[in-house]
Amino acid sequence: MDPVHACFKEKIGEVLLPGDVFSFRLPESGDGSVKTDKIICGPGLRRNGEEVQVCKSGILRHKPPNMYWIDSQQRRYVPAKGESVIGIVTAKSGDIFKVDVGGSEQASLSYLAFEGATKRNRPNVQVGDLVYGQFTIANKDMEPELVCIDSCGRANGMGVFGADGLLFKLSLGLVRRLLAPQSEIVKDLEKIFPFELVVGMNGRVWVKSKTVQQTLIMTNVLETCENMTSQQRQTLFKRVAEGSL
Amino acid sequence: MAKDGAAKLSKNLLRMKFMQRGLDAELKKQLDEEEKRIISDEHWFLDLPELKAKENHIIEERSCVPCEDLVYGRMSFRGFNPEVEKLMLLMNTHKEEEEDEEEDDVSRMETDITDEEMARRYESLVESMRKKFAKKRNRSTVTKSEEDVNCNVVGDQPKKVFLKPQD
Repeated sequence: MDPVHACFKEKIGEVLLPGDVFSFRLPESGDGSVKTDKIICGPGLRRNGEEVQVCKSGILRHKPPNMYWIDSQQRRYVPAKGESVIGIVTAKSGDIFKVDVGGSEQASLSYLAFEGATKRNRPNVQVGDLVYGQFTIANKDMEPELVCIDSCGRANGMGVFGADGLLFKLSLGLVRRLLAPQSEIVKDLEKIFPFELVVGMNGRVWVKSKTVQQTLIMTNVLETCENMTSQQRQTLFKRVAEGSL
Repeated sequence: MAKDGAAKLSKNLLRMKFMQRGLDAELKKQLDEEEKRIISDEHWFLDLPELKAKENHIIEERSCVPCEDLVYGRMSFRGFNPEVEKLMLLMNTHKEEEEDEEEDDVSRMETDITDEEMARRYESLVESMRKKFAKKRNRSTVTKSEEDVNCNVVGDQPKKVFLKPQD
């Protein structure tokens, strides 16, 4: 266990490039069974036999006890299982809807994957609607599939939403910062005015506020605060809050 | 058909059920074993040494949601959409509960009515059930028993029993 974690530990917080390799010999005990803890490689790290290779450039992060991943920036979304995204319905064909999630392929969403949907009772989804759903299947070999219910059959806020409001695109890094627990950006945003926000992991964000002007202000603020330090952001938000009152 | 004797009959014919009724148990076993051998010889198998499945100590995880503990994506602030705010509480405490499960907390469950109301309900419930099952003669005593400050039951009349006639 120790040699494994040790060779990761010295690189935590450092910038790594694709092609860097972590290799370690796992010590074998007398009876042949190797008693080591499992290591979980998050996004940016890949397993290659007994080695772990870096496949994205970024900073190595660690979450105890045993999770490691590369914190990198990109704008292009790659579907991953379990992530909640905002999709736009592009086509209705038979029993499924085709949903554009910003990936390389359109995802399919079955009409039975909504809460309370049966064969007779079809959900009210039109082309052009915004849908908030989770991926059940998302790998490079198959077409991704979305669902709008969880494993118990409850919607939990997923499904069609967005009667008004505005949908726009952000970079994936900013989206993750918005969704982090105790996010500072969100706490600063709260102070400006009341609004509603839906954040999809594919970089799409939907904002709704009381007036159109407020909605546009929120959009501009979110788009510009990506490359600001927290100080600059707070001064900007203060100016906006005073300006809008 | 001329009777040429058993030697001239074909193997398949001899293997048929009606031809084997006259055989002994031993002969039957021998024939069975031969058949099994023939069948198992025809099975194909790989002539490789036994491979053990390697236990993988490295698990790949594609999504960054568990890595960074991301919260639920729908949010509403300052009461803009109360349903979404309720959802936020539900989903985010659900996530925290999963983390707290290991701490063995005996947390209070969410209740629709308070504990005091529950206790009051039970009091009256016990009374009404007792009345229901009390015999007709005892019903009046059940309702009439009063309690003073020290919870001593006062006014308990003697139970009415059958009095044998004196004569």
